[in-house]
This record gives sequence, C-alpha cells and structure tokens, in this order.
Amino acid sequence: MTAPPETAVQTVDLHKTYSGPKGDVEAVRGIDLDVRRGEFFGLLGPNGAGKSTTIGMLTTLVRPTSGEARVCGFDVTRDAVEVKRRIGMVSQNNTLDSELTAAENLEFRGRFFGLGARAAKRRADELLELFGLADRRDGNPFELSGGQAKRLMIGRALVHRPEVLFLDEPTAGLDPQNRVNLWDLLRELQKQGQTIVLTTHYMEEAEVLCDRLAVVDHGRVLARGTAAELKDSAGADTVLTVSYDGDVPADLSKLSERAGISKVEVNGGQIRVFSTAPEGLLGELVGAGAAAGVNVTDASQLRPSLETVFLSLTGRDYRD
Amino acid sequence: MTATLPAEPAAGPAVRTTVGRTFLAMMSRELRVLRKNFVSTFVRVLLQPLLFVFVFAYVLPKLGTGAPGAGSAGGGTTFSTILVPGLVGSSIVMQGIMAVVFPLMMELNWQRSITDRALAPLPIPLLAVEKIVASGLQALIAGLLVFPCVLFIHAGGQAPDVHVSNWPLLVFVLVFGSLLSAAGGLLMGTLVDPQKVQMIFGIILMPISMLGCVYYPWAALEHVRWLQIVSLANPMVYVNEGLRAALTPDVGHMHFYVYGTVILVGTVALTWLSARKFTQRVLT
Repeated sequence: MTAPPETAVQTVDLHKTYSGPKGDVEAVRGIDLDVRRGEFFGLLGPNGAGKSTTIGMLTTLVRPTSGEARVCGFDVTRDAVEVKRRIGMVSQNNTLDSELTAAENLEFRGRFFGLGARAAKRRADELLELFGLADRRDGNPFELSGGQAKRLMIGRALVHRPEVLFLDEPTAGLDPQNRVNLWDLLRELQKQGQTIVLTTHYMEEAEVLCDRLAVVDHGRVLARGTAAELKDSAGADTVLTVSYDGDVPADLSKLSERAGISKVEVNGGQIRVFSTAPEGLLGELVGAGAAAGVNVTDASQLRPSLETVFLSLTGRDYRD
Repeated sequence: MTATLPAEPAAGPAVRTTVGRTFLAMMSRELRVLRKNFVSTFVRVLLQPLLFVFVFAYVLPKLGTGAPGAGSAGGGTTFSTILVPGLVGSSIVMQGIMAVVFPLMMELNWQRSITDRALAPLPIPLLAVEKIVASGLQALIAGLLVFPCVLFIHAGGQAPDVHVSNWPLLVFVLVFGSLLSAAGGLLMGTLVDPQKVQMIFGIILMPISMLGCVYYPWAALEHVRWLQIVSLANPMVYVNEGLRAALTPDVGHMHFYVYGTVILVGTVALTWLSARKFTQRVLT
C-alpha cells in the first residue's frame, strides 16, 4: 500500500479480533480510512463500535489481526517507532504520570522525543502558559479538574509537534462548559494546520468539529463523508417514528411508494418513515391508526441530523 | 485557558531523536522520581536489615546468647560475618523486585498509565529493559546503603571479618544480582493478577527471603540435605553466595561457576522472558 504524500492516515481492510476465554471478539472488521493532512477527521459511533480499537492500532498500541495501516507513510506494525515519532495521542483515561508534576509531565515527554533538558523545560512552560495551566505547574496531575487534566494531556501530546494528533473520546466525562472550551482549543489547533483524528460518540461534537466523518458500528464503517454529505446520503430530511398499541395499519407499508418518502420500516407496532416531505405525515399516521382501531402510544420526529443518518444506516436508535 | 494559540507548525517532529536518547531520557525520569522518593524508599529498605543486625549482632551477644548459625560456618566466624553478605544480598533482591513490581501493577492496570511511556519512540521490549535497569539501579543503591549498616553495628568482639580480595567479582555480583532481581520483578509484575498482590509477599517474597541463605551459608545446609537441594531453586541463594565469595571469602561458599553462571544466565533469560511478557501486556 502506497499513500500519496498528502495522506496522513490510511488503512486498508483493517481487522482486530481479541481472543479470550469466552471465545473470539471481532472488534474491528475491515475498516478502510483515508485521512488527509491538515484534516479534522472523526470516527463516530456508539460505545463498543470499534473506534478506540481502531485508534489503538493507528497509534501502535493495538496489534492488527490483519489488514494494513499507515501513519505518515509508515506501517504501524513494522515501523512502530517511526509512527510514534510522528503522532501525539490523548487517551480516554487520565494517563498522566502521577509521580511527576504537571510541568514535569510535559518536560519529560519532550525529553523522550529528543529535546534537551533546557529546551524541554522551556517547551513545558510555553505549553502550560498556552493551555492556561501555568498556576498548576508544580501540582500533581491527579489534583487537576477533569478539564484541566484533559488540557494537560493534549499539551503533553503536542510537546514534540506531532504530525497527527489522535484523540480518543476527548470530552467524555467533561461538563458542558469544559467540553465547549476544549472544542475551541481543538479548532484553533486545526486552524494552524494540525491533522487531528478524533473518536467520539457525541454526534454534536462530530458535527461541530470534523471536516469529514466515518460512521462506525460493530467494527465496520457504515458511511463516510462530510456531515452534509452523510445527511444527504440518508435520503431523508426527517425521520418520523410512531408506535401503536397494536400492529401497524397494513395500508401504511405502501407509503414507501409515495414521492418524498425514501424508506419505510415496520417493526411490530412501530413504523419509521424517512421523508424529505414530512408536512402532514404525522397526522396521517395518527389518522391511519385511528381508522384501523389502534391508538398511538408514542411519536417522535427527528430533524435531519447525524442521528437520522445513523438510524437510516442501522435501523436502530443511536443509543440502543 | 488561552483562546488563541500561537502558530505551531505541524510539520513533523521537532527533533530527530534516537532510541538511545529516548532510553536515557526515560532513565532520567526514573532518577527524578527516585530522588523525590529517596528517603521514604530507602528508610523502608534499611529498616529491616538494620533491626536484624542490631538484635542478632549487638543485643543478643550483649545478653550473652550465642549467635545462631555461626558455628556451622567454621571456627571463629562471627554471626555478623555471615550476616553481612546475606543482608546486603537480600536487600538487593527484595528491592530489585519491589521497585519494579508494584509500580508496574499500577501502570498496567489502573488507568493503564503505561500508555504514556509506550507511546515514546522506543520499541516496547526496550521499555522493559529500561524498567529492569532502573529497578536494578535501585537494588544496587539499596545494597550499598545496607552494607555500612551491617558492617558497623555489632557488639564488642562480634565484628564481621570482611575483606574484598576480588573487586571485579564484587562488582559483577552486585550489578548482575541487581539486574537479575529486577528482571524477576518485571516478570512477576506482568504475570500476577493485581488483585492478588498480597500473594507476592506471602507466597513468593517471604520464602525467598527466609530460605535464601541470608542467615547461614549454603554449604552449612549439608545437615539438612533436602533443604540444601530445594534452596537451589531460590535465586537469592546465588546472589548471597556470590557476595559471600566476594566479601567473606574465608566462609565456605559456592563455586563461581555455579553462582556466576546462574546469575548471568538467569539475568539474560529473565530479561528476555519478562520483556516478552511485558510486550504482550502493553500491546493488546
């Protein structure tokens, strides 16, 4: 596999199977990715979709079972050290070194990557200032708030000016204010040309931050593109879901033949209609139920979003 | 937090580093941590041998109680002569194991903070070697600190008869004994379930220490032949016998070919095995 120079990350048919006492678990089942330099790329999917395993393989910490992955042109298995020289990684957990102060965490990261002692100290001070942590420089990293610890971890990942920054669920567990602050920080980094690959299960986060996305579920990429392209590909502006206390009226299955309706899914007493012309449709669904002698027990209307895309791709709610 | 970051070119690594430089930087991190924890670490290391030598080489002789074990080592040998290499050796082995095993259990399990160093530009097996060298250094320091304590604390007429006639042998045993212990500690840390950490103390460290020929030379066990044979499975025996050969050559001890071979081959074998297991734990 040879990647063009503008490609930062490329994977081909990447697989990971974990073997355990209860049998094999296929965490990643053939993922193909292509991230360009300077791009903000997101892997979006629910928990357990295989996002973290994919990031783990790209950052050399998880060994692929098969397939190929290259970061900055280097194979993640054969040239792991070259890959590590070029990447920064922010894990989901707080992996800061509890034996060192906040400043020392940055300083030693710099030294691991070849900076001299003085240069590493200067770089640490510079990053603490940039990330608003100068007053916590001598504190233990486990005494920092969640947002501060995450900022320190991002600072640590940037010490050696990596070509690609990987972030695994960076805002998980943060309060809304810290989440927005972190978004601002990540946007600034991208403006300066930083290539960023992020995993998230927050749809809003993916939509707000990422230039392009891959929607992942059960270890496979279901769709990829910009948020707008993904919404278009779903073929629906709106998803209407109505539940009845009996079977869905038989006539309603014919809705799929109507112009403006791209898909109709019937599952027992629930109908889901994907439509580009939803006006009056909800009333029609309620009326059809009344005519067939069943009552509506629940109804929802989702405006076009990545959630409707996920629904369209998988046929199930995002948080199932 | 600063809203706007100054321009940071994302044009590649700031510095072309080498594996050797990264290795040294990691050692430097270990030394920084060691410096911070020096007093607490080594007070713990010193306390047990200090108390032991105080009771057995000072208090008991003062009370007129015969020191145990000395007679079997040969006429005129004081118990403190037996104890010096034994306590130095046991301190080295215990510290070598503990310096790596407990931090490693935290790093591999709690939050998996090992990820931090696993992402440094160094092959993972070399990260294991770095851990062995750093813990070996702590073991060596422990041995060097314990040595004067056990040398100078004794009752009148109970002075240990210590003289180094072969310095290279002493350096060999100190250095490789330290590395052997650290490699063994790394292997334990990667194999033992962290929830069973107490087991390491009770089932592994305690028997190693009590039956490691600390308080008697291995040759004296000829009276308990089965124990003499079983003791051969204990790596501490070879470190203590090596130190006996280097520090108290007049006391009966194993031949160099035996303890030297076991220490050297054991260090290489345990380093290989523990680096392999460590890599398997770090890379999933």
